[in-house]
Amino acid sequence: MSPETANLEEIVAQVPPARGVVEPLPPVNAEGEQLLEISMGPHHPSTHGVFRMNVVLEGEQVVRLKPVFGYLHRNHEKIAENAAYLAAIPYTDRLDYLCSMTNNWGYALAVEKLAGIGVPERAEYIRVIVAELTRLQNHASLIGFLMQDMGMSGTPLMYAFREREKILDLFESLSGARMMCNYMRFGGVRVDTSAEWLRQVRELNGEFPRFLDEFESLLAGNEILMGRAQGVGVLSPELAVSSGASGPMLRASGVNYDVRKVDGYGVYDRFSFRVPLGDHGDVYDRYMMRVLEMRESVKILEQAVRDIPAGPIMDPKARLRGLRPKAGEAYGRIESPKGELGFYLISDGTGNPYRYRVRPPSLINLTVLEDMCLGRGVADVVVILGSVDIVLGEVDR
Amino acid sequence: MRAEPITAEQVKAAIEAAVPGCRVQVLANASPSGQHSLILDHEHAAEAARFLRDDPTLRLDYCSNATGVDWLDSELSEKVKVKKLVDGAETEVEEVRKTKVPGYLEAVYHLYSVEKKHGPVIVRMRTGDRKEDVHLPSLTGVWRSAEFQEREIFDLYGVIFDGHPDLRRLLMWDEFKDYPMRKDYVPPADDDDLVGAERSGG
Repeated sequence: MSPETANLEEIVAQVPPARGVVEPLPPVNAEGEQLLEISMGPHHPSTHGVFRMNVVLEGEQVVRLKPVFGYLHRNHEKIAENAAYLAAIPYTDRLDYLCSMTNNWGYALAVEKLAGIGVPERAEYIRVIVAELTRLQNHASLIGFLMQDMGMSGTPLMYAFREREKILDLFESLSGARMMCNYMRFGGVRVDTSAEWLRQVRELNGEFPRFLDEFESLLAGNEILMGRAQGVGVLSPELAVSSGASGPMLRASGVNYDVRKVDGYGVYDRFSFRVPLGDHGDVYDRYMMRVLEMRESVKILEQAVRDIPAGPIMDPKARLRGLRPKAGEAYGRIESPKGELGFYLISDGTGNPYRYRVRPPSLINLTVLEDMCLGRGVADVVVILGSVDIVLGEVDR
Repeated sequence: MRAEPITAEQVKAAIEAAVPGCRVQVLANASPSGQHSLILDHEHAAEAARFLRDDPTLRLDYCSNATGVDWLDSELSEKVKVKKLVDGAETEVEEVRKTKVPGYLEAVYHLYSVEKKHGPVIVRMRTGDRKEDVHLPSLTGVWRSAEFQEREIFDLYGVIFDGHPDLRRLLMWDEFKDYPMRKDYVPPADDDDLVGAERSGG
């Protein structure tokens, strides 16, 4: 037995058998001095929704931070297990309600793996286009929110929302809804794009770099941003991998792992794009990852709009209604703007999934929130949380 | 570019060679996804997990997903040919023999390798039954990403993870008594009947 395993068993032996109620540590330090407990949230603007943190301070420094979840819990998984495969798609819109398109894709991908359904070429390209548009608007808004958390008033957010509006208009003309798109189906997508819609995408995409240049020149060298973000909330690459961090948060720590590259799902292996990586794993790098990823998304969009073939948008063999995959299971994952979004499905041969599980990147990225905040002030907690990019609809499910 | 997929049998053989006494069972998956999984025994699960993470060829350093599954008691029916005396003559009669399979709870882990860029390797652990007090070893010590996810399994399925550093309910409130993701959970007719839901003022 290696010393490491012995160590694990020692730890196991020390921990009393848990029964769900773990007595909270007393709010005193080693010298017996009283510590300050603060409950941040659930109705605080900086928590990006109904999220609460129990923060314990010694002087100005955070010495303990326990997130409290569940305010938005509606047991999404149970709802989907009691519904037909098709009926779960609109529910996935409401997980990460900024990125309904990518949520649809993750679920559709898992069902396609489970039932062995193919996707026509044209549908794959449309999926890439809407997913990258989703990434653009998610990252732009996230930067806006992060700046607002730093006290830059609402100006950067309004700049971001101006661009997001144009993308939501495109979603609306394609799917009929701005945010709850309910657009993808296993085996393809719901409606075809018009040549005019593609022209509008090309136009928006052509103008987007100018917005990025403007946004970057206003922010990247900004003193407030640099002062508040550099060296704050550092996450080491080892901890990032071990804690299951994903998306821009993982890559900001310098770990080269992008599901679009690793799995090459859809038609992502046909596009040339780079995976930006950070050096320091701090809030500033996480901000920069979003900026650089938007530039890569623009490149992907350019290629996808150029190369999109004509053809059907639904697999003719795909059965939407009354789909009964044979008994088995499948795990499908995609690179959503928040990180690795996975869906795990078990079929027992009936019309609704026996087990339906969402792997929420927002929740799992919060695993290391305490580690990143220890030793920092309360104002830094707000910025660090802002840089993780969470949506409570997905965290609480 | 992409790494060759590793088969469940290869992983099973590697675990059994490295962790003496570890019983690993391959669970085949009939779905077109072809994602087969490995069932680990409780005693050696933590050691086997550590091996999966640290072995230089496997390096499954990334636990993407950890979740629970509730399997109810089921009946396995198989057709058996039995010799019987019918009208004084011995003839072969087909009979359906039913065997009861007791239900159990399961924890499923989807592992990937960030370093080697392969996966998923799926690891499962099963409890003996699905009563109130069921235990599984925690793998949070191996993959930190299991911390919140095991808490969620405990919260929604009622599996107690031995060795978890902070096993509390994640989504439901602490006073809640039942496990809502279990297949036999009956939601109360009225929200006010929820166990432990004592509301103060409106």
